Amino acid sequence: MDFGLSEEQTLFQDTLNSFLTDQVGLERVRRIAGGEESASAVWAELAELGVSALLVPEEHGGVGLKPLDAAIAAECLGYHATPSPFLGSAVMGPTALLLAGGQGERLERLAAGELRIGIALGEAIAARAEAGVSAADGKLNGKALYVLDYGADEYLVADSDRGLHLVAAGDLEHQPLSTVEKTRPTGELVLKDTPAIHLSADPDHFQAVLDAGRVMLAADTLGAAQNMLDQAVAYAQEREQFNRPIGSFQAVKHMCAEMAAHLEPCRAMVWYAGHALSEVPEEAHLTACHAKAHLAEVGTFIARTATEVHGGMGFTDLLGLHYWFKRIGFNRQALGAPELVREEAARAQQLAA
Amino acid sequence: MDLSYGAEYEAFRAEVRDFISAHRDQAPKGEGMRSEKVLKWQKLLIEHGYAARTIPEAYGGFGAEPDVLTSRIIAEEFANAQVSPGLGGQGISMLVPTLLEVGSEEQRQAFIPPTIHGEMVWCQGYSEPGAGSDLASLRTAAVLDGDEWVVNGQKIWTSTAHLADWIFCLVRTEPDAPKHQGISFLLFRMDTPGIEIRPLVDMTGTANFNEVFFTDVRVPKQQIVGARGQGWQVANSILRHERASLGDPNIMLSRLNALIKLMQSETIDGRRVIDLPAYRDRLMRIQGRVMALGFNDMRLLSARINQKDASLAGMVVKLQGTELRHELEQLGIDAMGELGLAYGKNPYLRDHGNWQTHYMYYLGLIIGGGTSQIQKNIISERGLGLPREPKVAAKAAASA
Ligand SMILES: Cc1cc2nc3c(=O)[nH]c(=O)nc-3n(C[C@H](O)[C@H](O)[C@H](O)COP(=O)(O)OP(=O)(O)OC[C@H]3O[C@@H](n4cnc5c(N)ncnc54)[C@H](O)[C@@H]3O)c2cc1C
Repeated sequence: MDFGLSEEQTLFQDTLNSFLTDQVGLERVRRIAGGEESASAVWAELAELGVSALLVPEEHGGVGLKPLDAAIAAECLGYHATPSPFLGSAVMGPTALLLAGGQGERLERLAAGELRIGIALGEAIAARAEAGVSAADGKLNGKALYVLDYGADEYLVADSDRGLHLVAAGDLEHQPLSTVEKTRPTGELVLKDTPAIHLSADPDHFQAVLDAGRVMLAADTLGAAQNMLDQAVAYAQEREQFNRPIGSFQAVKHMCAEMAAHLEPCRAMVWYAGHALSEVPEEAHLTACHAKAHLAEVGTFIARTATEVHGGMGFTDLLGLHYWFKRIGFNRQALGAPELVREEAARAQQLAA
Repeated sequence: MDLSYGAEYEAFRAEVRDFISAHRDQAPKGEGMRSEKVLKWQKLLIEHGYAARTIPEAYGGFGAEPDVLTSRIIAEEFANAQVSPGLGGQGISMLVPTLLEVGSEEQRQAFIPPTIHGEMVWCQGYSEPGAGSDLASLRTAAVLDGDEWVVNGQKIWTSTAHLADWIFCLVRTEPDAPKHQGISFLLFRMDTPGIEIRPLVDMTGTANFNEVFFTDVRVPKQQIVGARGQGWQVANSILRHERASLGDPNIMLSRLNALIKLMQSETIDGRRVIDLPAYRDRLMRIQGRVMALGFNDMRLLSARINQKDASLAGMVVKLQGTELRHELEQLGIDAMGELGLAYGKNPYLRDHGNWQTHYMYYLGLIIGGGTSQIQKNIISERGLGLPREPKVAAKAAASA
């Protein structure tokens, strides 16, 4: 028995972390968030490391790894607040294409980092008043809001019956939507008899794609929260008030201890949820829901508490702590806010109608 | 990630299951710890290696090599079958491991066999009125007089002192040494002249812990564990055992199932509580946290087997486990509303009133065995490397 990461996985994690530390530091994140630099170059560099190809089988030019490996990558990206289309193009997109079958050519382009797939599933998770997508005769109509990984070549769209479709960006109206999280481009799709490739009508496929996405967001939050905790601990050791490091004040210590106490068990939870996606199918949905919701809560607590440990400095733009704060906030709402996801968890156990 | 225990362990699991189904009618169900049924069951379990498994045969145990997975399988199977896994208590869980680590050969032979067989019941005499979280400031004194220690002082919160045959007790033997180096670890009989036990009623209404007074209690010289002045180290090695057992997520899982059942059977205006979204959401929140601690526990188990470091993951268990359990019990009470207040003799009692009992009991465990605040000190100082508390010079003692 070995509940944990293998040597190869730890090595992969270390490689990715040191690449991101060296090449995609906070200054670069700032430039991308400010629109002074495009995030595309980052994705090209990550593709060279194989990050875009993780879940694509070797026969299609991929690395053929498992969702747990993808979760490890997601954690690293969260830790470094890296702007990248990982969620759609490396996880949810390939997962959908693999389930649909017969999409070898697209998978090859995804693996190479040449094709980007954005995610428009929000309406099938929790449709807001202004939005909703219907499918008929190979065409899609309606509107998809808060599309993830906006700026893609193609979009994975779910209709109101949880069928999955693929549409080309060139075939529809779309526009960016400004959100608080500047490193994660978000947008709106307007579908008017838009031609679509019908990938699947099976709601289980929709669910599998969504579960994979949720586990990645949980892993991303794990990384982001760990970074905020690390920064808070380091700051508490350096910053002095009343002639002593603030980390020697118990109020500060206990804030840090509470963050660690909540976060540490999350690591095992994310590992298991990632593992379950491919290896324990009967538990995959429930653990994905709980990982998503629980990490959202713990992440939110850490986002505020780590900021608080930094005092006024935490509130400023100088340290850039807010990039992680906003990243965690984004992950909380994307693909289902905690209340919604917990309700799904209850349904999965026949505890709710 | 490899979650299988492997074929040989699965064969072992089958053995345990067979044993349980063949013998479950002999298992005690709530009988007193001195009853014949309990003692016989304990003996049977030891003979088959399901209790005292790794205690050497020379000390009355089963004598198996330590193996975390077999221990885990035994615990899992007895829990799943809801069959008594044998005796626990402070003697078995704390004193026996201590004696195995630092006791003398005579002490091991004298104390381990009757303790693991339930014939010698122990209590733990650490806390004092003036020494709780700051345990090392304890004052109960022992002075050597010929071949005997003479003990004077007072302990408090001593669980089961009124039921115990013996006490393992921290006393100050070197009054002039620095506080951590002046403590010794003594063992003595609870019927020794000069011991007075006064029960303390706790918030649940029962008197499970006590004040214990010592007046010229004479203890044979050799009943000291470890050397003079080393009692602090001796005690600390087992405090860790105690803490780890206080937040067991596997116990929490079966309690969560009881909570789900309760919420499916209780109704408000004819609707099941589980069908009310606000309550259901709280349930799901707690389930997510129980799950996280369960996976954390698997990680710890695996770290022990594969000798990996997961020290922070271990340090958070007592804090997280007891706090979460208290919240879980709170939801059980909330699900019942006014009915949740029922306690004692009341025709509307649910589950024998155990939601209220556990709700209070787990607050006790949040405090006992190192309070939540002390756990946070430990996590931040030893886990995260934050600076230690600045030392404050002792007040009266220093200036006097
Ligand atoms: C159910 C139960 C069973 C027990 N059984 C036994 C037993 O069998 N044998 C035994 O010896 N003892 C036993 N105890 C005693 C237990 O170990 C102590 O109660 C515990 O260590 C706390 O000590 P105290 O009660 O003196 O509280 P105090 O130490 O006075 O603490 C009071 C408050 O101050 C806080 N505090 C104290 N120091 C610090 C600090 N440095 N930083 C931050 N906050 C601090 C505490 O967290 C707490 O909130 C038991 C206790 C309970 C509740």
